[in-house]
Order: sequence, then structure tokens, then C-alpha cells
Amino acid sequence: MKIGVCVKQVPAKDAPLAIAEGSAWIREADIGFEMNEPDGFALEEALRLKEKHGGEVVAISMGPERAKQTIKEALAKGAERGIHISDPEFFKLDPLISARLIAAAIQAENFDLILTGLQSDDQGSGQTGVLLAELLGRPHATIIMSIEVTDGRMKLKRELEAGWFQWVELPLPAVITIQSGINKPRYATLKGIMAAKKKEIATVERSSLGVADARTQQVEKIYVPQKTKKTEFITGSPKEAAAKLLEKLRHEARVL
Amino acid sequence: MKILLITEQREAKWNKVSFETVAAAQQIAQQTKGTLSGAVVGKGVAGLADELAGYQLDEVLLVEHDLLKQYTPDGFSIALRQVIESAKPDLILLPHTYQVRDFAPKLAASLSKGMIGDCIGYRHESGKLIFVRQMFQGRTAADVVFVGEPPWIASFQASAFRSDLAAKHAGGKAPVKPVNVELKPEQIRTKPLELFREAKQAVDLTQAPVLVSVGRGIKAPENIPMAEKLAKLLGGEVSASRPICDEGWLPMDRQIGSSGQTVVPKLYLALGISGAIQHVVGMKGSRTIAAINKDPNAPIFEVADYGIVGDLFEIVPALIEELEKSKTS
Repeated sequence: MKIGVCVKQVPAKDAPLAIAEGSAWIREADIGFEMNEPDGFALEEALRLKEKHGGEVVAISMGPERAKQTIKEALAKGAERGIHISDPEFFKLDPLISARLIAAAIQAENFDLILTGLQSDDQGSGQTGVLLAELLGRPHATIIMSIEVTDGRMKLKRELEAGWFQWVELPLPAVITIQSGINKPRYATLKGIMAAKKKEIATVERSSLGVADARTQQVEKIYVPQKTKKTEFITGSPKEAAAKLLEKLRHEARVL
Repeated sequence: MKILLITEQREAKWNKVSFETVAAAQQIAQQTKGTLSGAVVGKGVAGLADELAGYQLDEVLLVEHDLLKQYTPDGFSIALRQVIESAKPDLILLPHTYQVRDFAPKLAASLSKGMIGDCIGYRHESGKLIFVRQMFQGRTAADVVFVGEPPWIASFQASAFRSDLAAKHAGGKAPVKPVNVELKPEQIRTKPLELFREAKQAVDLTQAPVLVSVGRGIKAPENIPMAEKLAKLLGGEVSASRPICDEGWLPMDRQIGSSGQTVVPKLYLALGISGAIQHVVGMKGSRTIAAINKDPNAPIFEVADYGIVGDLFEIVPALIEELEKSKTS
């Protein structure tokens, strides 16, 4: 099975975020980046499917030069090769243009299966997988908690809201978005990291893909959200803060 | 502005979030001096269309077909594309449910249009609609506008609007218009099978007066008993954000948020929970929210009434000690 997995690079979870001048994006200079956590589950699922059914896993990432680091991480964990869609201004794109670029870059690969995480931890549109399916003419399913492949068909456990699930079946080739928690992602081994150095990362320039910049939406600005509630911050030593909090909960909020 | 609102049902029962979108759509229709149509999609859902017609809308579109009885992304996007092409709305509004996430981007792309999803609100300024959504897991907000020709597609996050503010029809009922759509079985590539729940819920968190909820900040499964002890002393239960249940540190039925339970306890005490939107939608209606987190900018503080910025491994033992002291005295 030939599997493509989309892995996005996003700011590290604990990175302090500051809004950049012009309010178009965050200040990237001083922060670390990591693989989007939901995509890490998609990568693990791709590797497990390959180990069971044979084939190869190709890690795909769009972004500036630094995005290559996320592809390298995927290669170290066991992906065979990478495709880097190079675009330093990727954050200005809308979900549809991003998906058109990825679709154009991977069309000729004819993947049997394309996996993505359910959403990115930065923009969080949660659209890329569904859009890729439509643009590539493939069926899709989202927020998937288990995959069984038999004879060119898949049986999937799809998560619904409020504790409900549904089994769905669909034929390959297809696009699947993976729910976080479906598996326990592996760590890269030292051997894997060494092996990754010899693996190929093909770079595709965004400008070479012939996708028109026909935006459907534009982010006017990003900002720190206004509080909807006034939070009373309690200070002091742990002991003092604990006592003050209980006092407030008992006599002010009257919930204890 | 001509607005089309798409409601959601399963097995002829409402997904009640639909009425939050009714409230939002009514408000936008009023501000833009526009018209509002509401669509009900499925099979055997005429009763729901009739119920929707009791709300302040210009018309209700009843979209029924045998192949829409069960939801499939192919069936719903092919049918709704036909509805949109005949009704020609400028703005299509949906609740941001798992089902909408599954088909709406596809529907938009099939029309070569964009979708602004998971909006928490909007502003109408100088004739322009600005949609507000969260980024970076709720740590920043973003103002987003549509570019290019309509139709435009947007979805609203659960509890972004109040369903009880959806206005009933002023003059009786809106007309219900059946809309025919063409669908063939071979166009539907996904085969939906049975719906099910995992093991019966062992604990009903919705009934707990107090919830002590743990997030990533709890660091290790060995630290869960500390939270359990605090919950017991407060007369409540322990619950968690999704990553904790994914790790297996607590069972899935203790999960709060969009994929878990929605709760409104008297007191919700969040320990080391950053407050990603998927979690916050499940608890923000709690009467009192207190949060302990080491990051002063954690989004959980946006919904908290009381906050302590600090190390939960120092503060929780102090809370336990304090509670035990008051119990014995």
C-alpha cells in the first residue's frame, strides 16, 4: 500500500506566543516548532498500516525551510521519503488554496491512502483532508479511531459527538483524517535517525505548481482574545492561595 | 443578503446546536436586511421542517431523498450543492458539528468556494461581515473575511450563540417548500454502518456537583490519585481533558469536551488544563470555574472565575491539607 501522510509543522506547545507587527501572524523568531500533534497520530497509523500490509509511507509537508525538520522526524520514525512544498508565506494561504497546492504536488503519486491529522494546532481549520479528497476525486472519512483494510476496502470506526461512534466502509483509494489518541506514536530510534539522513526529501516550489492565488478568505488580523469573564487571580504562597481559594468558593461563590 | 441555514438531525431527532445557528442566522439576516431560509436534510423529516417553520424564517426548505436517510459526505454534499445552485444564497450557515466538519469543506470546494469554519462570533461593520475564529488552540483570535464572489460558507462553534434566543415566527408559520434533489446510489462511495456507544457509562459526570478535572499539567498517571483525593474531599468526581484519556490515565467516560461529556457542575476546578476549545465547549457553562495553571496566558483563564497561576503540585496538596483541617476541626 502506498500511503501519503500530511505532517504540518506548528509552534511547540509550550512556545510563548506573541503577535507579530502588523498582526498578520505570530512572531516566529524566538520560538520552537514541532510536528502538529494530531498529524503524529496519522503518521503512526500510516507506519503501522505499512508494517502490516507492505508498501511505503511518504511524508508531505508544506511550509518554509524549517518544515523539513518535521519531514526528517517522520523519516526517522520510518517513513521512506518526503515531499516538501516550499512556501515561506504559507500562513497567508486559505484552506482551499493550501489543499490545491498539496493536491497538485502529490497528484502524480497516486497514493492508495492519504492520511492527515484531524486539524492543525495552529490555524485549526480542520479542512485539509476533506478538501484533498474532493480535489483528488477520492472518498473520505474524518475523525477516525480505527482502520481495518481488506481486499481494497476499509472498515473504519468514526467518532461522533457525545460518546457515539459509527462503523463506515469505503473503497481505496481514499483520504482519512485521524482522531488523536487512535494509537501511541513511537519515538524515533538512534538507528532511525541515522537512516533518515540517507532518505530523500523532494522539494517542490509553490510557484511551480500552477495554482492560482484565488483566495476565498483573508485573515485581517490576529490578536489576544478579549476575556469574556473577569478572572479574579489569587496570589500568595501555595498555602495562602489554597486557603484564599477555598474561602472564595465557600463564601463568595457559595459552591462548597 | 440572502442567507441559507442548514440544520442537523439524526434519525429525525434534532442536533440542538442547530437552534444556536438559527439564532445567529436570524441576527445576521436582521442586520443585513436580508432573507433567511432554513434547510432540513434527510428522509422522513417533514415533522422537523414543520417545527423549524415555527421560527422566524422566510421559508423552510425540506430536502428529502431515500439516499439522505443516513448521512454520507457524498450524499449530503451532492444534494446540498443542488439546493445552493437553485436557491442561490449569499451566505450559508451551519453549526460546527463533527458531521459538518465531514462534509461542508467538500461542499464548499465542489463550488470552488471557501469555508470559514468553527467561528465563535461575527461582527457586522460598515456593511461588511467579519467572522471571528480561534487560532493556536484558543490562544489567539482571528478576524477573517470572505474574499471573492458569494456564496460563502461559515460554521459556528457549539455554544457560540444561545439557542433560547432563536425567535419564534411572528405571524404563524413560515412556508415549507419541498426541494427535489437528484442522487444515484453509485454516487455514494461511503457505506454507513451501525451507530454504537462504547461500554456503558460507568459514571455520570453530568450529575456531579463538583468536578476536579485534570489536563496535561498532571504530568504522570501516578499523580491522578492526588486529584481523586481532592475531588473526594470536595464531594465530587474527577474528570479530564482528552489527552489524559487518550493516554489511558483515566477511562474515556471521564472525558469532558466535544468528544466527551458536556457538564455544568456548581464548581469546575481545572488542574493543569490549558483550555483548548474542544475542552472548553464541554464545561464553560459551569456555575463557577476555578483554574490552576502555571501559564498565566493559558486560555482556561478566559473562562475562569478564579485563577491561581502556579505549580499545581504545590497548590493541590495545600488545598487537600486545608480541607482535611476544616473537616477535623
